[in-house]
Amino acid sequence: MKKAPQDQVPPAATAGGAAAVGPARPGRRPRRERDGLNPPSWLAIGFLLPALLLLGFLVLYPIVYSVIRSFFDASGDHFAGLDNYTGVFQGHENLLAVRNTAIWVVVAPSVVTIIGLLFAVLTERIRWSTVFKMVVFMPMAISFLASGIIFRLVYEQDPDKGVANAALVAVHDMFGGGAGYPGAGPRSGADQPLRAQADGAVLTTGSFGPGQSALLPLLKIKPEYLPKKAVPAARPPAAAPGQVTGAVWFDFTKGGGGTPGAPNAGEVGLPGITVQALRGTKVVATATTKDDGTFVMKKVPAGSYTLRLPKDSFTASYGGAEWLGSTLITPAIIGAYLWVWAGFAMVLIAAGLAAIPRDALEAARVDGATEWQVFRRVTIPLLAPVLVVVLVTLTINVLKVFDLVFIIGGGDPNASVLALQMWTEAFGGGDNEGAGSAIAVLLFLLVMPAMLFNIRRLRQERK
Amino acid sequence: MRFNSRRVTSAAVAAGLLMAGAAACGGDDKKDGGSTGAPSAGNWAKLNGTKIEVAAKWSGPEEKNFREVLKAFEKATGATVTYASTGENTDAYLGPRLAANTPPDVAILPQPGLLQQYAKKKQLKPLAPDVVAEVDKNYSPYWKQLASADGQTYGVLAKAAYKSILWYRPEAFTETGVQPPQTWPDLVKAATTLQEGGQTPIDLAAASSDSWTLTDWFENVYLSQAGPDNYDKLAKHELKWTDPTVGKALETLAQIWGKGDFLAGGTAGATKTKFDGSVTDTFGQKKAAMVYGGDFAAANIATTKAKVGTDAKVFAFPKAGDTTPALLGGDIAVALKDGKGGQELMKYLASPEAGKVWAGLGGYLSPNKNVKPDAYTDPISKQLAEQIGVAGDAARYDMSDLQPAAFGGTPGKGMWEALRGLVLKPTDIKGTQDKLEAEAAKAYK
Repeated sequence: MKKAPQDQVPPAATAGGAAAVGPARPGRRPRRERDGLNPPSWLAIGFLLPALLLLGFLVLYPIVYSVIRSFFDASGDHFAGLDNYTGVFQGHENLLAVRNTAIWVVVAPSVVTIIGLLFAVLTERIRWSTVFKMVVFMPMAISFLASGIIFRLVYEQDPDKGVANAALVAVHDMFGGGAGYPGAGPRSGADQPLRAQADGAVLTTGSFGPGQSALLPLLKIKPEYLPKKAVPAARPPAAAPGQVTGAVWFDFTKGGGGTPGAPNAGEVGLPGITVQALRGTKVVATATTKDDGTFVMKKVPAGSYTLRLPKDSFTASYGGAEWLGSTLITPAIIGAYLWVWAGFAMVLIAAGLAAIPRDALEAARVDGATEWQVFRRVTIPLLAPVLVVVLVTLTINVLKVFDLVFIIGGGDPNASVLALQMWTEAFGGGDNEGAGSAIAVLLFLLVMPAMLFNIRRLRQERK
Repeated sequence: MRFNSRRVTSAAVAAGLLMAGAAACGGDDKKDGGSTGAPSAGNWAKLNGTKIEVAAKWSGPEEKNFREVLKAFEKATGATVTYASTGENTDAYLGPRLAANTPPDVAILPQPGLLQQYAKKKQLKPLAPDVVAEVDKNYSPYWKQLASADGQTYGVLAKAAYKSILWYRPEAFTETGVQPPQTWPDLVKAATTLQEGGQTPIDLAAASSDSWTLTDWFENVYLSQAGPDNYDKLAKHELKWTDPTVGKALETLAQIWGKGDFLAGGTAGATKTKFDGSVTDTFGQKKAAMVYGGDFAAANIATTKAKVGTDAKVFAFPKAGDTTPALLGGDIAVALKDGKGGQELMKYLASPEAGKVWAGLGGYLSPNKNVKPDAYTDPISKQLAEQIGVAGDAARYDMSDLQPAAFGGTPGKGMWEALRGLVLKPTDIKGTQDKLEAEAAKAYK
C-alpha cells in the first residue's frame, strides 16, 4: 500500500503541486532535490488538510465574509454598494478617528523605535544593564487593559490622584507658589460692597478716604485654605487721620444665618491679603491684613480711593494639564503606548546591536571618528535592517490599537481610532455590522503593505 | 448598555451592604425569601423534568439573589432552571445565539429598546394569555405598554431602578445651613449658598464613558417641565429635539452644569469624572456636597467609610416644573423560545410572589404594584418603593434606554456626548439641540 504510490511520486507531485493548495513548497523543492524523497502529494495534502481547514475556517472565511458584509447595509438585507466605505470618511466622529489613526501611525512607531534605540545604545556598556533592560521591558508583561487602567489613573485630572498632574503642579508651585485663597470672591449680586473684576482682582464699589474704615467681606473660601489657627473676624480699628482701616474676613457663619456684610461671631478673619488704595490705576498705598483680618493703611494722602485686593490672592491654584481633554488625549494615549512598547523595541534593537561586528566600530574609532559619528555613520546603517523590522512591526501593531484607546479614552470621540470605531459601529451601540466590516476591510488593506514588506524581508533573509 | 449593567450591578452590591448597614440579619432574610416562595406552590403548573435556561447580565450578589428567586420557582414548579450570564453587553451575547437559533428560553433585557429591536425581527415569543392576565393584575398600563410591540405583549418588567433622587452629604448641608431643595430654583440657591460657604456644591460625572448621568439629569428636568406626554413623544422622536421644550430644559440644566465653580474640579474636572469616582469622591473624600446617582449609587457609597442613611442621604430630584419627576430604569424579561416552562417562569416573574422573595433579599425595587413597601428589608428601598407608589401613572422609564442604543446608550455618541458638549459649552443651547436632533435623526432612520 505504501510503496506503490511512492513509486508514482514524481509525476503526482508536480501535477498536485501545480494544481492544489501549496504551490510554493512542492513547486520549489523538486527543482533542487528531485530525488523522490518528497512524500506523495496526497499524503502532503492529507497532513496539511487539518491546518488548511482550520485556517480557511478561522481566517479565510471571516475575511471573505467581512468583505461581503461590508457591501450591505445595517440590516444585511440590502446591497449598499460603496456607501459603507465612503461613510468612513464622513461625519465629524469618523473623521476624528481617521485623523487620530494617521497621527498614531506617523508618531507612535517612530517615537517607540527612537526611544528603544536610545535605551539599547545607552545601556549597551553600562553595568547592571540587564536589570535596566528588564525594568524597561516589564510593562510588556502587563496586559493592555491593565496598562490602560494604570494610565487612566496617571492622567487623572485631580492632582491628588493623577501622578502626571501631581508632578506638573509640584514643579509649577516650586516656581510660582500657591495663591492665598484660590477661588474666593465677593458675594454675587448688585449692591454688594465688593465686586469681582474680569481679571480676578476684587474692587470695592464705594470709595474710601483717610479717616474711614472699609468692610471687605469675602466668600467661597474652601476650608483647606483657611488659616490653621483661625482668628475670629474683628471690626476694623478706628482710623486715625491719614489712615484707612478695614477688615477682610470670611463672611459666612457656620450653619448659615448671620448678617451678611458684617463680621459676626463665628466668622474668621483672613490674614495675609494685600489691600491697595487706587487712584485711577495708580496704587497710592498698600497694607496687609493681620490674623484677625484687619488692616491699617498709613500715610494715605487726602482724597478718595477705590480699594483693591489684587488677583494674586485669588487666582485658582494651578491644576495641571488637561491630559484627557480634547487636544492632549491622543498624545497622552500614545505616551501610554510608549511605556508598554519601548521595552520591546529596546530588546530587539539591543539584540541587533550585539550582532554588529565590533571591528567596524573599532576601525571607525581608530580612524578618528567621534562617538556621535560612529553612532550616526556606522551603528545606525548597520542596524538599519533591525530598525526597519521594529518600525514595520510596530506600524502593524499601531493600526489595530484598541485596548488603550478604549480604556483611557473611555469613549471620548476625540481619542477614537479606526479599530475602535470599527467595534463601536458594529457592536458597541452602532448596530451596523456593514459599516463595521467596511472599516475592518479598510484596516486590512492598510496593514497589507506592511505585512507584505515583512514577508518579503523574511524571504530575503532566508536566501 | 454598559452603563446599565453597571447600574444594576451596583444596585446588587448596594443591597447586600444596605442590609448589613440596617443591621438586618442576612441569614434570616434569606430564609424568609425561601419560605415566601413555598406557600404559593399550589398556583403553579407542575413542570417536573422541564429544563429552562435564563440569561441575564447580573453577576456577583445580584446573580446570587436572582438565583434565590429561581430556586423559589423551582421549588414551586419542579422545573430545573439554569442561569447564564450574558456579560455587560446583552445584545452582543444574545445576537449570535438568536442568529444560530439556540436562544435561552428566557432572557432579561436591560433596555426596552432591545425588546423593540428583537420584536421587529420576530425573535420574541408573545406572552401566553394567562401571563398577560398576571401582568394586567400587577402592573400599571404604562409598564405593560413598555414591554409591548405592535399590540403584542412580550415582556415582564422584572426589576426597577429609581433615578429621581440626588444624594447629598448632610454634614456639608448643616455646615452651610442649607436644606434639601424641593424645586430647581431652590437647588440653584442651595448650590450658591454651599459655594459661598466654601463647599463644592456638585460632583458631576460627565466623562464620555459615563455621560449617562447627564441623560438622567436631563430626563428628570424634562419630565418635570414638559410633562409625561411630551416626554413620551420625545422618547419616540415624535417631538423633535429642536423643540422649545428641550431648549428650556437645557437652559435650566445650564444653570448648574454651566457654572464651573459649582462642579468639583471645575468644568475640566467634571468632564473627566466617572460615575464611580463622583460618588466616592463626594462621600469618601468629601469633595462635593451633592451627587447624582439612582438607588444603585448606594453600592459605591458602601465602598467608602460613609454610611448610607447617616453620612449619605437622598432627596427627591427637585421639581423644575409642574410634574414631580419619577424616573425608573429596569430590566425586562422576555421569552425567546416556545414552551410551557418559559411562559410559566415569565408568569412567576410577573407575580407578587417573585417580587416578595426578591425584595426580601434586598438591592431590589419592584415596579409590581402588588409588592408592598413592607416587603423590603432595607429602609432606603422601602422609601423609594413608596415614592414609586406615589408617582403612580406619572412615573416614566429612562428615556435614553427607550431610544436606539446608538443615540441613547453609547459612550461618546448621541445624547451622551451632546449633553456632555453642553457642559463644555453651556451657552450653546441651540447648537446642542441641533446636534441632538441630527444624531437622533440618524439613529431613528
